Amino acid sequence: MSDATLSPADNTRPKRRSRLLVTLAGDRKAQFGLIVLALFALAGIFAPLLAQYDPNEMTLDMMAGLSAAHPLGTDDLGRDLLSRILYGTQVSLFIGISTVALALAIGVTLGLVAGYFGGWIDTIIMRYIDLQWAFPNFIIAVYLVAVFGTGLLNVIVAISLAFVDDFARIARSMTLTLREEQYVDAARTLGFSKPRTLFVHILPNAVAPIIVQATVSVSYAILGEASLSFLGLGVDVSTPTWGLILADGRSFITQAWWLGVFPGLAIMLVVLSINFIGDWLRDALDVRQKAI
Amino acid sequence: MAAYVLRRLIGSVLVMWAVATLVFFMLRLVPGDPIAAMLADVGGPEEIAAMKAKLGLDRSLLVQYGLWFSNALQGDLGASIYGSRVPVTQIIAEAIPRTLSLSLLSFVIAIVIALPAGIISATRRNTLTDNAVSFLAFLGLSMPDFWLAILLIIIFAANLQWLPAVGYIPLAEGFWPWLRHLILPAIAIGTAFSAIIARMIRSSLLEVLSSDYMRTARSKGLTPRMLMFGHALPNAMIPVITVMGIAFALLISGAVVVENVFAIKGLGRVLIEGILNRDYPVVQGAILVVSAIFVFSNLIVDLLYGVIDPRIRLH
Repeated sequence: MSDATLSPADNTRPKRRSRLLVTLAGDRKAQFGLIVLALFALAGIFAPLLAQYDPNEMTLDMMAGLSAAHPLGTDDLGRDLLSRILYGTQVSLFIGISTVALALAIGVTLGLVAGYFGGWIDTIIMRYIDLQWAFPNFIIAVYLVAVFGTGLLNVIVAISLAFVDDFARIARSMTLTLREEQYVDAARTLGFSKPRTLFVHILPNAVAPIIVQATVSVSYAILGEASLSFLGLGVDVSTPTWGLILADGRSFITQAWWLGVFPGLAIMLVVLSINFIGDWLRDALDVRQKAI
Repeated sequence: MAAYVLRRLIGSVLVMWAVATLVFFMLRLVPGDPIAAMLADVGGPEEIAAMKAKLGLDRSLLVQYGLWFSNALQGDLGASIYGSRVPVTQIIAEAIPRTLSLSLLSFVIAIVIALPAGIISATRRNTLTDNAVSFLAFLGLSMPDFWLAILLIIIFAANLQWLPAVGYIPLAEGFWPWLRHLILPAIAIGTAFSAIIARMIRSSLLEVLSSDYMRTARSKGLTPRMLMFGHALPNAMIPVITVMGIAFALLISGAVVVENVFAIKGLGRVLIEGILNRDYPVVQGAILVVSAIFVFSNLIVDLLYGVIDPRIRLH
């Protein structure tokens, strides 16, 4: 028996790929989003090459305005703002992607298990998920940082746990629908193990709404990390992150406006790009869900 | 309806109990000993033990939980572990009007922007206006609220000097001073909310406008105004109201961040300062009150939805 996924007879996945490309050709916002996001990803990866200065190197050139030597100026400790923002890109994108990967792994597993097994397993899992659902993700993340403390790993765990309920609910509702499909019956009849049925046959067919949710979650995760860092609840102060750079510059915005403008602009451009991409995917993959 | 209200009410109380219990036990997992940190400069092991005994921290976790819970039910949330040990209830009582003022004003600002924006972009679908509104909504959703707050301070407080950059004046001391201090933070918080509501109104209106009963109403010769405000808008608002519940939560989490930018000592500022200072009782109390606001505003939205759409009550 091959490991190929059992799917509905009219398997739409090859069609899905071409539909993505066709809709992309007519979607200027999505094109903008993909290009800007790619530029930021490159900026993050090549930050050590692109940055002219060490992001934490203090100089006597304090709060210097925009110039050829410092294209985005310097902060109150004479650190080059552009270099700090470039390094901040690494942290923001890393946190955005890793938190969503973790949230997706935990949430989708919980949702699949709850939906497939039903009964008391479903009840226990969903009672908890519903409890968490009653609160905004950011507040959950703040609560968890209150418990775990600050730092890179704690922030990643806090934000990803805050997103678990979103993925669990989607995976569960997809599983409930797919459980009754004939090809899942076929997998059962063939005597496949339950994990194999769940992960090899149900999951790939539930993937579209999960992709859309994961995409928009990356933007929420980046906003969440920036907000936590801004409040002093994020990664430690020696790591330049966009939220932290804004927090550092906040007291000096009346003398040095660039400290208040550019780090936030970076956050907004990345989040906007991801939102554009998410919107395109939602239309192209034909996923109907709530606005937030 | 009464049974539905009762069921939802009991559900909300259970959620609050679960939150209170989770918060109590999870905060005890925090690494580090706040009492030792607090007395680091002034006391040795005896003082630390004495302080723990005074605060009841030397007893078993379950006894502490029972005591804390029964005290909390009587409105006693303990006292801040710092300074003159101000009771948590007092700190929170001072913070609540600030956060509520801020959230309500953000709500009003957001609706005032979202309603016309949503209606205009639905009635002029795919025109330049519609595209502009949709683009602005995307911007609003993508801007971090604390960054918008900083931009507003740079423009309206630092450069134009029209409005104050920090602080809060109670409503009792005059409407204008109150409004002047809250308008910038309220815009910072309300923008994302208004973007969500505008998008929701647009898509909901488009669906209603293409329905059969709207065609019937049009063929009866109703004016566009009567069509919009008599038939389309009331029906289009049903899904919008459910989203408002979720979006109200967004306002509160916005307030948690933005209060810190404008140095307004509301619930968010109290919560964050508590966390930064490891002030357990304050953090516990703030989390409980913030959570209660969510749970009961969700409840109100659900009940409201039940009134508007009677089908809901049956489920």
